[in-house]
Amino acid sequence: MIPIVAYLIVAAVLFCIGTAGVLICRNIIVMFMSIELMLNAANLVLIAFSRALNITDGQVFVFLVLTVAAAEAAVGLAMVITLYRNRETVNIDRFNIMKW
Amino acid sequence: MSLDVVVFFVSAIVAVFGATMVIIQRNTVASVLYLIVSLVAQAVLYVQLGSLFMGAVLIIVYAGAIMVLFLFVIMLLNLRGREDLADHSPPVSRFTKYLVSVLLFIEMWFIVKSGFFPNTVGGGIMAEQQGTFGSVEDIATILFTRYLYPFELTSVLIMAAIVGAVVMAKRDRSDSSPSVRTRGDKPARTTGDEAGN
Repeated sequence: MIPIVAYLIVAAVLFCIGTAGVLICRNIIVMFMSIELMLNAANLVLIAFSRALNITDGQVFVFLVLTVAAAEAAVGLAMVITLYRNRETVNIDRFNIMKW
Repeated sequence: MSLDVVVFFVSAIVAVFGATMVIIQRNTVASVLYLIVSLVAQAVLYVQLGSLFMGAVLIIVYAGAIMVLFLFVIMLLNLRGREDLADHSPPVSRFTKYLVSVLLFIEMWFIVKSGFFPNTVGGGIMAEQQGTFGSVEDIATILFTRYLYPFELTSVLIMAAIVGAVVMAKRDRSDSSPSVRTRGDKPARTTGDEAGN
């Protein structure tokens, strides 16, 4: 049996890689994928605790998080397409329309 | 070393490796593929933790549908890595970004190691399953009784997301002619490519 802490550490590593990706990458699509990575790390924690406490509620939460992630990806990628149409770039530094 | 430990370490290393390659890769299509690798490894971890259905859903919905959506958009935008996407911020700022991520990990490490969490129970194929834990029946029973209201709300959310995505990605007919004119001031790269072909 593998202790639950091992899964939590894997999730923490994945979450931090996602954070680093959002901070470092300039490509807006890669930033999106890093956000998906962070959501998945949270999902792994939910699944791990669902197993540890033997409660199914955690898996239902994961189900809902997956739905929200799908909605977020659809809207976000539509925004990327619109931005690309106006700016012809995916570099996040050039999307400073709302900066004052 | 039992089979469980081997499976855990292999899938954990593959998941972390795929996630690292996502943010290192210059080619966006390659980073989508690495993310799929990472997701499949995470699905193995889900299965190891006894949630078989969620592992299957992760592969079908995430690796199958959402990642294909990403690939569609990348191919629609026709990104070929010609753009300079390197981080041009000053070195101090770049160093701070790495430092923040590492500090976040150290913080999480201390929380995990604080002994607050149950350490004895864990996952594994060999671990004894309690009844129908993690089966479709188990999840469906709780999803359609106790969590029926949130479940219905997510359908509203999906509906709103579909409408929002269509409205945003749609080319506005009345607005299209001025935007074409303003774009004409710059050297039109895409038009040039089409003329060249």
